Amino acid sequence: MEYFLQQLINGITLGAIYGLIAIGYTMVYGIIGMINFAHGEIYMLGAFITLIAYLAATTIGGGSVAMGLLIALAATMIFTALWGWAVERIAYRPLRGAPKLAPLISAIGMSIVLQNFSQITQGARVKPLPPVIRGGITLLEGENFTVHLSILQIVIVVLTVVLMGAFTWIITKTPLGRAQRATEQDMKMAALLGVDVDRIISATFVMGAMLAAVAGLMVTLYYGVIDFYIGFLAGIKAFTAAVLGGIGSLPGAMLGGLLIGLIEAFWSGYFSIEYKDVAAFSILVLVLLFRPTGLLGRPEVEKI
Amino acid sequence: MTLKRALVDALMGGVVAAALALPMLGFRLVDSSQGLSLGLRFDWVLWAALIVAAGRFALSLLRMTAAKRRKPIGPTMGERITTRFAGARPFVGWAMIGFALVMPFLPFADRNLVDKATLVLIYVMLGWGLNIVVGLAGLLDLGFVAFYAVGAYSYALLATKLGWSFWLCLPLAGLFAASFGIALGFPVLRLRGDYLAIVTLGFGEIIRIILQNWQDLTNGPQGISAIPRPTLFGLPFTASAPEGKQTFAEYFSLDYSGNHRVIFLYFVILVLALLTNAFTLRIRRLPIGRAWEALREDEIACRSLGLNPTNIKLSAFATGAMFAGLAGSFFATRQGFISPESFTFIESAVILAIVVLGGMGSQIGVVLAALLLVGLPEWFRELQQYRMLAFGGAMVLIMLWKPSGLLSHRAPTISLGGTK
Repeated sequence: MEYFLQQLINGITLGAIYGLIAIGYTMVYGIIGMINFAHGEIYMLGAFITLIAYLAATTIGGGSVAMGLLIALAATMIFTALWGWAVERIAYRPLRGAPKLAPLISAIGMSIVLQNFSQITQGARVKPLPPVIRGGITLLEGENFTVHLSILQIVIVVLTVVLMGAFTWIITKTPLGRAQRATEQDMKMAALLGVDVDRIISATFVMGAMLAAVAGLMVTLYYGVIDFYIGFLAGIKAFTAAVLGGIGSLPGAMLGGLLIGLIEAFWSGYFSIEYKDVAAFSILVLVLLFRPTGLLGRPEVEKI
Repeated sequence: MTLKRALVDALMGGVVAAALALPMLGFRLVDSSQGLSLGLRFDWVLWAALIVAAGRFALSLLRMTAAKRRKPIGPTMGERITTRFAGARPFVGWAMIGFALVMPFLPFADRNLVDKATLVLIYVMLGWGLNIVVGLAGLLDLGFVAFYAVGAYSYALLATKLGWSFWLCLPLAGLFAASFGIALGFPVLRLRGDYLAIVTLGFGEIIRIILQNWQDLTNGPQGISAIPRPTLFGLPFTASAPEGKQTFAEYFSLDYSGNHRVIFLYFVILVLALLTNAFTLRIRRLPIGRAWEALREDEIACRSLGLNPTNIKLSAFATGAMFAGLAGSFFATRQGFISPESFTFIESAVILAIVVLGGMGSQIGVVLAALLLVGLPEWFRELQQYRMLAFGGAMVLIMLWKPSGLLSHRAPTISLGGTK
């Protein structure tokens, strides 16, 4: 029972991180119907920028952890968003209206570029960061297992919930969100009605990149090690999460992320750690078999 | 665009580049025994900004001069060339085959070149195989490398554990890969476009993870080594034959040379690749091939005409997988060593890029793209990491330059006369 609870906590934390990345995939897919393969790399850049900004802030500012983290959060969100914007501007915007696979290949190319860019500029070795936020609460003391909830895990989950709330508010209540939803439904019609579609798409990429940046920050703090390759697997899993929840749906992305995180935590807790990715993908296939549009996806109506 | 606007544009580009470069180029993470610290190199940021600004300015100037020139009325240069040489198109293919056949015997062909050509041909074959799935049937497969891996491992295991010969294992490997294709395809082919993409991607990863962790069978990350080389009707390409047998060199009373094997391998893959090509060209004229293309164009129409989309997709999937399996077992025998590292997602991406860059459905386009993406970087091996950077950049640039591929040829094999 204690062990189960501990895996639940770990799974939820992991799921929060996946969910944040998955939102970027699902929003971009919803609006222009492409798989943004470079999104995992954007998240990786977010992790690197976090590390750099945190080190810079603590070196200059004298070492206050809270201040350093806040500066790192702000810096990584701003700079990663800029990267997300630039990727869209360079590699995807010229290909709007091109055959469907062209942006996909361009995105894969961009992902290779970004990966090697960070490998060249920051080195291939794993970058360790000693734990910044320590401490935690012991929830339950069992006979041979204690359930531990660290402060960091609380921070991650709370921050995720706050961000998700903020994004849901932006999408549902603000003019920007309305324009986004309109563009998602019908790009041409939205343009006719005076929505600057290019600007809305840019905004979508910026928002996705910001969330990925926060996920990068969380991973840097949570695992304490990053390298140039983390974007690939996290990207695939987040995309799996987006598909699992029903691609194009925001709550679906959160739910999918949570599920993937839980599957991973429980599988590595109870079965084998080597095959945890196999488990996640297998669950995806199973879900798609019974619900081809994902858990919360709307069924696609095909018109002739 | 005026000069002033071009200048402002260049300045903006420079500013954005500086902002992009600031964290990643401006700081360097230094790993030492005291933990991480930061190194500064702001001069790099300045250089990045200057290069981008200059580049943008040059681009604007180019555009301005291009806009001043009057646009020619009628077909563009490229179109004119295409129409002029439309009749020559089949001959291009034959000429290429002819060249490929005599290439190893030309004076400039050394062992290194033939070896590289072999590698390119593997990718040509994989590209042609994937072309059946993506180009003809229109199914996006991001896990093609899985079947390549299945082929490679099935040959390696059959040869090292049971001692079967390459020629016996080759069709078996193809069969194995095809049955994997069917086993995977059966549940997932009902899914639509992008869902299929993620499932195939996941499948590719699953295969790799299993190969990595199933120590008893695959020897895990260490891979399988000492995979036997193929023989020519029982004649091995070694310096000395076992008791009672003859080597290739002895049989034809030649001096032994390591080049013989390299050239032999080159011809094996050439024949395999041409087989793939001939198969594709033939099957496009058969009902099943036409059904693939019809399905790509319009699934609903297909269904209304009584075609079963699942079976058609499954056959395309399995056929593509079979060729990947054949290529995989050739890869295993050529390398003599395989490990899960050779079958990562990046391989799938490269193969898909070859198909898309070549212009989906175009057989010659695949050859060109394989030469460009696999052949060219081979010459820049020394540049290591910059090579991959340039590779990714090239993928983006080619796509921006020609979004429908180098040779886009997506016209259906048959169409009603005149309505095209």
